[in-house]
Amino acid sequence: MSDIVSLETRNLECIRDDRVLFSQLNFSVKPHQALILEGDNGCGKTSLLRILCGIRLPDQGQVMWNGLSIQESISEYYQDMVYVGHLDGVKGDLSVAENLRMCTALGSRSGMSIEDALNKVSLSGYEDVRAQVLSAGQRRRVALASLLLKRCSLWILDEPFTALDRTSRGVFENIMSRHLNQGGMIILTSHHSINLTDSSVYVINLSA
Amino acid sequence: MNDSLYLAFWSLLRRDLLITYRNRAQAINPLLFFVLVVILFPFGVGPDVVLLKTMAPGIIWVAALLAALLSLDSIFRSDFDDGFLEQLVLSPHALSVLVLAKVIAHWLVSGFPLVLVAPLLAVFLGMPADAIAVLVLTLLLGTPVLSLIGAIGVALTVGLRQGGIILALLVFPLYIPVLIFASNAVQMAMAGFAVSAQLSMLAALLLLALALAPLPAAAALRMSLS
Repeated sequence: MSDIVSLETRNLECIRDDRVLFSQLNFSVKPHQALILEGDNGCGKTSLLRILCGIRLPDQGQVMWNGLSIQESISEYYQDMVYVGHLDGVKGDLSVAENLRMCTALGSRSGMSIEDALNKVSLSGYEDVRAQVLSAGQRRRVALASLLLKRCSLWILDEPFTALDRTSRGVFENIMSRHLNQGGMIILTSHHSINLTDSSVYVINLSA
Repeated sequence: MNDSLYLAFWSLLRRDLLITYRNRAQAINPLLFFVLVVILFPFGVGPDVVLLKTMAPGIIWVAALLAALLSLDSIFRSDFDDGFLEQLVLSPHALSVLVLAKVIAHWLVSGFPLVLVAPLLAVFLGMPADAIAVLVLTLLLGTPVLSLIGAIGVALTVGLRQGGIILALLVFPLYIPVLIFASNAVQMAMAGFAVSAQLSMLAALLLLALALAPLPAAAALRMSLS
């Protein structure tokens, strides 16, 4: 039991269709740190993220949040963790603001207004637009705006840069840097090179 | 913490109703099915007033059961497909309470309209007025049970590519007690007997399902996502 905020894995193993994707995986992420998961397609990056979220159970080992297994402290863990996966959970029948309002109702709120969050991802003026008319990149930005509306120290992001153009990529890198500077933690997978200033960035290559 | 749970519950309920409202052409399908099945019966069996009257409780309840089954998949399907279900499961709130909000929203748009339309169809089949009151009461008590039990089945099968048949096999045996007590209550009311026993039984089933169904449904959802 430790008081330090951290996410730690102990001897994680994941088996899929009789293939061992990874085993004996140990790492820890502390405030101000970002962890980038790299690896070939199908090497278990998404599976690892889903294990870290507690959506999927590891075949061996444990994920620890602040020194406790996440299974024991699931409610505290989910207060502090936000996950944006391949599927962004943005509903086409709802407007952008309605989607974001639902997101914030489900978790802990940061107090930032929806207008400010949309402004930060350069979507201001899109509050009342139905999400189904947005482009893939814009939907992605709505999902990323939900990160700003929640008060979570740990961000788990699966390919956050998919469909984003060069400008939005830069904008989002700034948002991530600021989150890290404020004591946040980020775990993400990406095929793009990521430029995070003034932060300690670790890389784990799962196919190695 | 409790305030935010209320907020999550109401927001989710409101959201689901809003989504259904914006998809109303699709949402009306189960109701349409219910009405069509009941209307087609007199054409099929012939205009025998006595026969139709005796069969009316069974016809209306079987049609309601099938309409409920038809609508079940929509509880979780679209949220599973677009990833919202993951966000729901990762919420710090009790998942069973959030599931209950979704089931209530589902009943309001698929079960409650059946309750409203049933009296008209009962008149159409020649049911006496006091039996119609009992019919409405049984539907009011029984259709929420169908949604609650159905939610467990859908939560179990939502991850499967073709879960429709398995869903029917899972859920139908659990629907049969509701069907028996409900249609028996209406038949007895038509024959002039007291029906408080059947109604109490249905009320008991409803309370039991309200208390117990959200928990396994939440657990099944977690399992379907992993």
